[in-house]
Amino acid sequence: MRYMFMLYDDENAFHAMSEAEQMKIVGEHMAFSRALRDAAAMVDGAPLDHSRAGRRIRGDKIEDGPFTDSKEQIGGYYVVEAKDLDAALDWAARCPSASYGRIEVRPVWNIPE
Amino acid sequence: MIDARRTAEETARASYGRLLAYLAARTRDIAAAEDALAEAFAAALSHWPLTGAPASPEAWLLTAARRKLIDNARRAATRRDAEPDIVRAIDEAEAMSREDRFVDDRLKLLFICAHPAIDFGVRTPLMLQTVLGLDAARIASAFLVSPATMSQRLVRAKRKIAEARISFETPDADDLAPRAEAVLGAIYAAFGAGYDVGDGAEGGGDLADEAMFLARLVTDLLPDDSEALGLLALMSYVEARRDARRAGGAYVPIDDQDTSLWNARLIEAGDDALGKAARLRAPGRYQIEAAIQSAHISGRLSGEDTRAATVRLYDRLVRIAPSIGAEIARAAALLRADEPCAALAALDSIDAARITDHQPYWATRAHALAALRRCAAAAEAFDRAIGLSSETATRAFLQQQKRAL
Repeated sequence: MRYMFMLYDDENAFHAMSEAEQMKIVGEHMAFSRALRDAAAMVDGAPLDHSRAGRRIRGDKIEDGPFTDSKEQIGGYYVVEAKDLDAALDWAARCPSASYGRIEVRPVWNIPE
Repeated sequence: MIDARRTAEETARASYGRLLAYLAARTRDIAAAEDALAEAFAAALSHWPLTGAPASPEAWLLTAARRKLIDNARRAATRRDAEPDIVRAIDEAEAMSREDRFVDDRLKLLFICAHPAIDFGVRTPLMLQTVLGLDAARIASAFLVSPATMSQRLVRAKRKIAEARISFETPDADDLAPRAEAVLGAIYAAFGAGYDVGDGAEGGGDLADEAMFLARLVTDLLPDDSEALGLLALMSYVEARRDARRAGGAYVPIDDQDTSLWNARLIEAGDDALGKAARLRAPGRYQIEAAIQSAHISGRLSGEDTRAATVRLYDRLVRIAPSIGAEIARAAALLRADEPCAALAALDSIDAARITDHQPYWATRAHALAALRRCAAAAEAFDRAIGLSSETATRAFLQQQKRAL
């Protein structure tokens, strides 16, 4: 079963950090990804650029970032292979973002081709 | 007025499990007993501040719980035959609690919670809820599941007990040891859940106090069980070092802990329980684990070298209660005793498939490799351990160890 972790935090707080602090968090994520890969649980994952580089489309309307309508923005994601939701949550708890933001864990629907 | 409220709260803590155990043992319906008691406590909180606390709070609560229980029994048509039993049981209980000789059925309740028919994972939550009256949300946060999921699991377990008519009994002599072991395992799991999630995690449920309460309860109810005493000693020693485990949010290993922050009263309680256990002459895993803690503590306090003795205790532990955790801890003890080669060999002998996502394995391996100056391999192992850690403090500690390579 696949689970998507959507990582939410205050992107401005991250971008206001010193480079050393940012690198510490990046290092933690690299270690977490590595642990996922070594346990054959990693499907995909990446950080996302600041929401100011993003656009939103609804119908024919396009909205420019940054998206300040909520305090926390999605800042990255992982897709993890786990035997059930409990196992997925065990992984999510180890994800560094759980310590300073929040993580939404959602089962990914498996659509047969 | 405040006193009456406090009496209600103190009665809740001290009597909840006793009242629930008594009612559930007679109605065999934990959920119905819980509902009735919840209503009784709510009534106490609104009445006692106005009228003053009653002379016998337990008798008062039983009377209040009674109405609701009888109503429930009446409503459930299939259980109508049980109604006279319930009425009689509550009358008896009220009479006893007035005379202060109220039967303590909590041991039966503990055995039910850790019954072989109850799923392993729900035993500890069930115990915390029924014996201590903890709410599902608090329990859920310690076990990293949502409150709704936890409630669902608890409801299912209670339904199973009611439907399967699992009896509220103390097991016979033949069956007592394994059943008691299951009870102790569930209590230790509560302690472990508190240990993992505690230490300032937001909304984290630290259940160490609750687990200590349960362990003391079992030693009172089963005074001849050496392992119950061993578990109480083990938890006392670990708990005694709580304030010293963190400094400014960072994890501090035992060798670097400020021993003036250790709780002398808890260490004494541990010594006392372990001494009593030893006199029963029935060693077991909890007693050995407590002896290991005791060796660590006395080593630090007296300056005596207890490292080799600790390794020998781990040898025994791995023999009588083999587990990955024990094997890894034995390797860590070898490492502390300046035997990194032996430590690494011990780690290498563990089945690789079982440790892919095991944080303590990788942390210990990293330290063993670092001690052997195999820096590149150590750095890799540190990364894996960091990636598997769920606490900021642990990650920071391992990062710092990695940088020191």
